[in-house]
Amino acid sequence: MSTNEQPALLEVRGLTKTFTATPALSEVDFTLYPGEVHAVLGENGAGKSTLIKVITGVYKRDAGTIRLNGKLIEPRSPGHAQELGISAVYQEINLIPTLSVAENLYVGRQPRFLGMVSMQLMNKKARKLLKTFNIDIDVTRDLSSYSIAIQQIVAIVRGVDLSAKILILDEPTSSLDRHEVETLFSVIRSLEEHGIGILLITHFLDQVYEISDRITVLRNGRKVGEHLTKELPRAKLISEMLGREFTETLGKRSNQITNGDSKHDTFLDIKGFAKRGMIEPFDLEIKKGEIVGLAGLLGSGRTEMGHLVFGINRSEKGEAFVESKKVKISSPRKAIRYGFGLCPEDRKVEGLIADLTIRENIILALQAKLGWYRHIPYKRQEQYADEMIEALHIVTTDAEKPVRELSGGNQQKVILARWLVSNPELLILDEPTRGIDVGAHAEIINIIKRLAKEGKALMVISSELAEVVDYSDRVVVLRDRKKLTELTGDEISEDAIMQAIAEK
Amino acid sequence: MVEMEKQVLTPVNENKPQRATNFKWRNIFRGDNRALWTILALIIILLVDRMVSPTFFTVRMVNGRLTGSLINTLDGAAPIMLLSIGMTLVIATKGVDLSVGAVMAICAAVSAVLINRHEAGSDNILYYPGFVIAIAILVGALCGLWNGILVALFDIQPIIATLILMVAGRGIAQMITDGQSPTYTDETLAYMGQGTIFGMPFPVYVAAIALVVVYLLVRRTALGLLIESVGINAKASHYTGVNATVIKLFVYIISGICAAIAGLIVAGENTYADPHTAGLWSELDAIVAVVIGGTLLSGGRFSLVLSALGALIIQSLRIGLYISDLHPNANLVVKAIVILLVLLLQSKEFKQAVGRLFKPVLKLRAVFK
Repeated sequence: MSTNEQPALLEVRGLTKTFTATPALSEVDFTLYPGEVHAVLGENGAGKSTLIKVITGVYKRDAGTIRLNGKLIEPRSPGHAQELGISAVYQEINLIPTLSVAENLYVGRQPRFLGMVSMQLMNKKARKLLKTFNIDIDVTRDLSSYSIAIQQIVAIVRGVDLSAKILILDEPTSSLDRHEVETLFSVIRSLEEHGIGILLITHFLDQVYEISDRITVLRNGRKVGEHLTKELPRAKLISEMLGREFTETLGKRSNQITNGDSKHDTFLDIKGFAKRGMIEPFDLEIKKGEIVGLAGLLGSGRTEMGHLVFGINRSEKGEAFVESKKVKISSPRKAIRYGFGLCPEDRKVEGLIADLTIRENIILALQAKLGWYRHIPYKRQEQYADEMIEALHIVTTDAEKPVRELSGGNQQKVILARWLVSNPELLILDEPTRGIDVGAHAEIINIIKRLAKEGKALMVISSELAEVVDYSDRVVVLRDRKKLTELTGDEISEDAIMQAIAEK
Repeated sequence: MVEMEKQVLTPVNENKPQRATNFKWRNIFRGDNRALWTILALIIILLVDRMVSPTFFTVRMVNGRLTGSLINTLDGAAPIMLLSIGMTLVIATKGVDLSVGAVMAICAAVSAVLINRHEAGSDNILYYPGFVIAIAILVGALCGLWNGILVALFDIQPIIATLILMVAGRGIAQMITDGQSPTYTDETLAYMGQGTIFGMPFPVYVAAIALVVVYLLVRRTALGLLIESVGINAKASHYTGVNATVIKLFVYIISGICAAIAGLIVAGENTYADPHTAGLWSELDAIVAVVIGGTLLSGGRFSLVLSALGALIIQSLRIGLYISDLHPNANLVVKAIVILLVLLLQSKEFKQAVGRLFKPVLKLRAVFK
């Protein structure tokens, strides 16, 4: 449906945006034709959200041009972008849940009859408007009484009705179930027929292939490829997103602990854990001294799996056994009591207590485990902190510095130290090497391997495939919130993982 | 003055002993010297009080009781100080307890009604003064538990959760006293507000003991650390296994107990319990005392000693305004302005702005050198 003979609707050329020295976007080109769905894909930090924020005027660009219908535009704010014809619908819906559907559609521009706001007229117009998208609902009911999918559709319809030429959809399907996705897609298809250009950001590859006409792949702020969806094999897409080529030489395993054999005891055995909207039922077994890597794209359910195992989210079904004893993992506190530890993905929000000192951060998990009355003597705290600073090479002048003053890599080590001090049997590491410098990166991987040698069970979530291949005894591959397969021993390679992700 | 401040500073900065030793005058406009500014503000206000009333620092012994404005300040500060101790812990967890004034009224009412039965000749051991005090404190603890349950278990925002008891509390107190303001003559209860030891009013000892006890309770156990950890980052604390529910219940209960004791003191001073006025607006004094003491309303690091100093600042300000010739109508405005000034002194941004203003002066001085 989209051909290059058509004049482009939106033409972005050489777009560059830099935040504090690191470019978030460098020289990115992007072209959107009328009546097409153009998916922008990439892993975390690829620059997708920066791109849409520049296009909608949230950020000011450093260089580059944006043309709408051939004319140069300068979006100053989301409101201004909307006036120009660019509407964005985000994951969190920016509508008013306590107003009716019709009111939400026409808020700020209620139809008037003889100078008075006419509810009747408004409801009639709203019904008619929704009919054009084959949506037949009671427009007088509160928006909040409808499912997220309908709310999203109302947001989209409102955006389109505000004379949008371009619609930006950021992760529209992430909280929808299969049926709701269908409804949303039918609306998107009818928008295409109206000649509207749609920029879609999503993590669900199946949906990309179902709905999109064209794909642009971003990585580390650069455009790495633009393809017609039907001409792009999945495997090639994934290798572009991850920045790895399919070659035989890559992905050699250096980790030869290989404790994946049966003579080691199982530490944790999970059968059929699942939670609606988070992850489909999965089994998972982790032996002592074994490193299990979780691989998959962003949003594939890696983190969710970790959260379920650690009790941050309670599993709706299934059972768990720790050393063959049945356990109920209902909260992180419980999980910690069974000997689990978790270094979260978002260090700042979920890990560090920023204003506390390094010492206090390091002893916190152990102290919480002991309870408030069994205070760790100050001298012992200092010992723990000093030991850890030395063992993990944490770069700091002393242990009394607030932890927020440390660099990312050192902060990560402090969180690792926190768990090492409390001596867990199973450590779940979510993206342990993200955003840290090369030196610390290698050190953390060495610590992971050392812990496995000491007989700890490890579960490591990472988007660095080379890394996962390097240290894992077993790799669990996930896609679209579902465990696909497990690779063991010699089966493990970057190619094998990518193939597993790409397979239909 | 420097020497004196150093001495006061040392016990205050329990977590950062290096600050006191690294003290430099030129750092005053930089960094985070909350302790210093709080003490300085107190000294300045006391000096102003001295200017308004030349006898402000005069302390005399009359009938075995120390008298003078300074003693009155300490005596009057005791209830606010008690409230601010509990309030500090609550605020450190990112909460707030608006109900303390109402809890004071409830506990005062409970004590007055029970002791009246004793005075009416009841032999029930529960109406003996010692038990009355214990029961009033228990009621305060239960009020705190109620707040704690709403906040910790039902996850209601602290400001709303404690507002409920703030509003309902005075009504409850009125129901307890049957709409009256019962008076009593019992000496033990009166001693709570009027007694002296070595000439010093009893409430001052109570506040000091409460400060020491709570200080030891939170700093000699891990409670202080866990409270701060929950206040700074509740999510990360949860992931680290900190039991935020227990911590929150604890701080609200402590706050309730502190309010109960403050209520007993206020009732003892007058030997009657007025459900309408006992502890009225004192929750706001307590919050301001905590904020002046440098604990942020956004939770986290706290200092009990500085909050107590904050309470002293508020009371010396009140006494100063009371003895000054200022029209009573102006009192509240002056109080507000002074509190604003104290907070500005602590604001890093404000000090930096002032520092920038003085830059040309400093440059000139360098030139003449």
